[in-house]
Amino acid sequence: MARATPEIPNASMADIAFLLLTFFLVTTTINNDKGLSIGLPPPPDPNQEQEVKMQEKNIFKIQVNSSDNLLVEGEPMSDVSGLKEMIKKFITNKGVDPASSESPEKAVISFKTDRGTSHKRFVEILDICQGAYYDIYAEQAGVTNKEFREAASRIGQDPEAKAIYEKGRAGYPMQISIAEPTKVGN
Amino acid sequence: MSKFKKKAEVKQEIPTSSMPDVVFMLLFFFMVTTEMRETTIHVKQQIPKASQLRKLERKTLVASLYIGEPTKAEDGKDAKIQANDVFIDTKEIIKWVNEEKSKLEEVEREQITIALKVDSESKRGIIADVETELRKGNARKILYTALDNSKVTKN
Repeated sequence: MARATPEIPNASMADIAFLLLTFFLVTTTINNDKGLSIGLPPPPDPNQEQEVKMQEKNIFKIQVNSSDNLLVEGEPMSDVSGLKEMIKKFITNKGVDPASSESPEKAVISFKTDRGTSHKRFVEILDICQGAYYDIYAEQAGVTNKEFREAASRIGQDPEAKAIYEKGRAGYPMQISIAEPTKVGN
Repeated sequence: MSKFKKKAEVKQEIPTSSMPDVVFMLLFFFMVTTEMRETTIHVKQQIPKASQLRKLERKTLVASLYIGEPTKAEDGKDAKIQANDVFIDTKEIIKWVNEEKSKLEEVEREQITIALKVDSESKRGIIADVETELRKGNARKILYTALDNSKVTKN
């Protein structure tokens, strides 16, 4: 007796699956939610004239002008590769060099840009500043830089990560001050 | 001599019977990981690269602002701020922050993080204005979205 075969033809299944796969491959945007995280200072109080007195030696000045040129501690710098080491040395000085910072708690990285500075340059320098701190934290916590940053993203859920984070940060507050930009370029 | 003869008899075909399975597995992977973008971005987005990236702890607490030169010529050449699907003015940011905050649970409102997705070519001026408004709006955790470059340059 002639009967229709009850099987589904599966020769074309691979083709169909490929087509669907291609569709999802093309439409997928893997969401990028990584970046440099900072906390902004509280809004300025108009009634209170804030005057912060700080010793010159405790401030590490980084300035970038509207043409993206860099001035570090008053000296022009064209190659940024040595900047991270300079910052690390400055933070961990602890009064050894009388012209550099007294202690990590007092050390502040002051980062001033211009309104015309490009965001690319800004991110590059901020990356170096944060990198210097993360390197110090990682070393103190006995993990690698990457492991430390991963732990820092999980402090809410993972007590172990929080322990690493706190061990690394102890005694070294991240003090990167991003100053109001100057108004040379627009 | 017989040794060589044996070698010549080895099959040269790749087994294809498992191909649909492999393809389906890939398909499921992409189906699960895909997130359809809910907003159309109207500004240029060439995200800068950095190495010291941090992941966001909780995605639900994030609101994004897109800043860059408009992609359409009729919108002008100056960098603009896009929130959700529309361009907004710097003055409207506080209002926008409050709207975003009201979407969250009451206890979590102060933990809101603003992801600033800024084009590399944008100038600091506009970003500083946005930051000033965010400070006023009391949304002080911000994240400059950046791509990872640590694979390329060792840090």
